[in-house]
Amino acid sequence: MLRNWSDRKIEEVLGEILRAGVILSALVVFVGGWIYLIGNARARPDYRIFRGEPADLRTLGGIVHGALQLQARAVIQLGLLLLIATPVLRVMASILGFAAERDRMYVVFTLLVLGILLYSLFGAGSAF
Amino acid sequence: MNVVELTLLLLIGSFLAGLLGSLTGLGGGVVLVPLLTIFFKVDIRYAIGASLVSVIATSSGAAAAYVKEGFSNIRIGMFLEIATTLGALCGAFLSTIVPSKVLAIIFGLVLLYSAYLSRRPRTRRERNLPPDPLATRLTMNGSFPSEDGEIRQYNAQNVPAGFSLMFGAGAISGLLGIGSGAMKVLALDQAMKLPFKVSTTTSNFMIGVTAATSAGIYLNRGYIDPGLAMPVMLGVLAGSLLGARILMKAETKVLRVIFSLVIVTLGAQMIYKGVTGSI
Repeated sequence: MLRNWSDRKIEEVLGEILRAGVILSALVVFVGGWIYLIGNARARPDYRIFRGEPADLRTLGGIVHGALQLQARAVIQLGLLLLIATPVLRVMASILGFAAERDRMYVVFTLLVLGILLYSLFGAGSAF
Repeated sequence: MNVVELTLLLLIGSFLAGLLGSLTGLGGGVVLVPLLTIFFKVDIRYAIGASLVSVIATSSGAAAAYVKEGFSNIRIGMFLEIATTLGALCGAFLSTIVPSKVLAIIFGLVLLYSAYLSRRPRTRRERNLPPDPLATRLTMNGSFPSEDGEIRQYNAQNVPAGFSLMFGAGAISGLLGIGSGAMKVLALDQAMKLPFKVSTTTSNFMIGVTAATSAGIYLNRGYIDPGLAMPVMLGVLAGSLLGARILMKAETKVLRVIFSLVIVTLGAQMIYKGVTGSI
């Protein structure tokens, strides 16, 4: 029973982390979108043909650099990066939670998930 | 169409997709990609990128509400995330080499299959299954508050089948930029015999982590266009949050039938477009 109780506690903290992350990223995307619409009101974007994004919107460094100069598309991209980061944070917090319960098996499982996540974000052929 | 008009239309369309997706429990992601490719003529790779981002938003946005109800099982979720994230990695890499036509056909088939899954009557779960040795070793058995207010225990079954199905669900998610919630629920509910409420909430909990795995790869490949993802993500998020609010009171049976028909129609169109190469 004790374990169930602390599981609930972990979950509640995790839920709050996720919600805060989503609200923050939605706000950043919204602000970026506002700047984007004001600055490009006459543009006619065409998504019919795939060109891929320019390099500075595909890497962490490029996005942060552009966002600091308030380039609209980079600000939106930064908001999306925050969104991608929330589940990663959630997994990290779970490790602490399981460690506090001294549940070694689940610390290992969660580390494995984190490893796969980080590989996809930082590993070969990916964004950062 | 200029950028303001396009953004407004995308906002409205994504809002409706998010609203219907959360009211029917089928998720907004499944209709987003067809909506973007068929009606907005967006290249399927941009569509998949925008869809995947909004999947993370809805999953994480709903998690706080689900957690309070105390249904989801984070141990089962975390263990199976090993399978979904590995699957998502494979799926996302595959999506960069599979031609658009083939992606469209696979997408159509997945749409038809999820419509079929959602129409199938739910079998009444036998209660008090005996504990499974592997699930017990993995401390997966749990309890949840049932409708009549008492705490009901459950024993998870068939971990290997659930794990394999989850790898498939992750691969589909990474390949097509959807949450593949229907397939996750299938693994938890049908294979592992968890109570339905536990299955749906645990599935939602897992979707965000699965999607984040493919998102890094999509971003690097230039699939995520900020101008497109911005209205789609904000629209779906607003729609699904509103949907979750009115879900308690609404009668969703008719809505589910209509939404299933919409999904079948879109699925058939995706297959047709893929076969004729007009995507």
